[in-house]
Amino acid sequence: MSRLAAWLANGPLITDGAWGTQLQTLGLPLGVVPDTWNLEHPEHVESVARAYVEAGSQVILTNTFRANRITLADSGLAGLVEPLNRAGVSISRRAAGSKALVFASMGPTGKMLLTDDLDPALVTSAFAEQASVLAANGADALLLETFSDLEEARLALAGARQAGLPVVVSFAFDSGRNLDRTMMGATPETVARELEAAGADAVGANCGAGIERFAPVCQRLKAACSLPIWIKANAGLPEVKAGSVVYTTSAAFFAGHYPALLAAGASFLGGCCGTNPDFIRALVATRSTPCASN
Amino acid sequence: MADLQKLYDAVLNGDQKAAIAVTEQALAEGITPLDLITNYMVPAMDEVGRRFECEDYFVPELLLSARAMKGSLTLIRPLLTASGIEPAGRVAIGTVKGDLHDIGKNLVASMLEGGGFEVIDLGADVPPEKFIDAIQNKGVRVVALSALLTVTMPSMRKTIDALKEAGVRDQVKVMVGGAPVTQQFAEEIGADGYSDNANAAVALARKLVAEGAPA
Repeated sequence: MSRLAAWLANGPLITDGAWGTQLQTLGLPLGVVPDTWNLEHPEHVESVARAYVEAGSQVILTNTFRANRITLADSGLAGLVEPLNRAGVSISRRAAGSKALVFASMGPTGKMLLTDDLDPALVTSAFAEQASVLAANGADALLLETFSDLEEARLALAGARQAGLPVVVSFAFDSGRNLDRTMMGATPETVARELEAAGADAVGANCGAGIERFAPVCQRLKAACSLPIWIKANAGLPEVKAGSVVYTTSAAFFAGHYPALLAAGASFLGGCCGTNPDFIRALVATRSTPCASN
Repeated sequence: MADLQKLYDAVLNGDQKAAIAVTEQALAEGITPLDLITNYMVPAMDEVGRRFECEDYFVPELLLSARAMKGSLTLIRPLLTASGIEPAGRVAIGTVKGDLHDIGKNLVASMLEGGGFEVIDLGADVPPEKFIDAIQNKGVRVVALSALLTVTMPSMRKTIDALKEAGVRDQVKVMVGGAPVTQQFAEEIGADGYSDNANAAVALARKLVAEGAPA
């Protein structure tokens, strides 16, 4: 049995919610690369991780979304790949204890292959480098998340797989009339098939749209491949209220979609932008009340 | 004789090499730049836009077509300038302060260039002063602000406020866009226009330039 299958043997797992917005409430200034707080303010990063474990997350991520060489180089931080990723995994490991698995977060480069801003060979080597640090410091699995270009994801996956851990690959479906395409136009079917063929251990959808949009995407991913499905939905689209930007989706509304997502085949379920530990608590409560949907 | 239908096809199919080749041949044969633009290139980009709206085309196709346009326009621009025809307008574009994302901004910049605009790309995490400088010193007609993060949306408002304080707000039109940005937000912060995609951003910029033209 694969490691992922063993973890899922007792049913779907609840993951965590947003990190960036949580760090901002703890004082992370705008424009500062959040990953640098793994070294500057590890206590704040750990408090975010801990809050999710306490809320009932069975899988937590790491604060390493931007910690690949290509993205860090944009901020003059390319020399920090090793320490940022090492600290990121260590922090989440400490917070997780024996209560949660640690899936290490790896975001896209933020550059486009199509415009020749990016050397394909460097993408693979950058993700191989990040993955090897994450694996060496105790990550249980790797998560390539919020990707929008299939080609970049394939290159990143080829690098990440070299670390020997299970790799989940998750896309943002935020384009097209029904918000069921990636920015580059790929459908859930294409994404699922291509990534399964490229050796992903699970595929999924995160960010992009509010949770109400995720069940159809989840179902289509599931139908197109034989892999477990990873879902992390936003707390809806933000609205402007009295001058500030707020997410209007409540934790209860969010958790209300849990049964539909399970029915659509989700194996991992959590929140993306705008969600917090309350959303995870609501998911946990919904799970323990099987009749909540009736 | 240059087969001008091939110019239309090259732009529609995003074939920059073919676009440049046909343009070179056509110009050598004395076909006027305006004929090329008006009768072949602009209709091709209109069709690209239509296909994008219908979801036959997505970002990769948009980008390739914009690059084919740009390749052709690079040859045509000097001739237009020589005959006194100005570019569609000069746009300063940037991702607002605090936001490090630039893919969306780059897409819009490429589309604007394909649409005949001269684009000054100020990059990501751009402080308001840089936009003000572009307005004061670089003859910018439109300022395009991008944000990907919810938390940096207030930076858009601050940028527009800073333009007002510097006394340059009335000299330009301001357009905004990015994943979390909405029409409602654009109106709230006093922007002149909002577009929810890179294709529509070109039409919006044209409209804003027309509105801003001195009577």
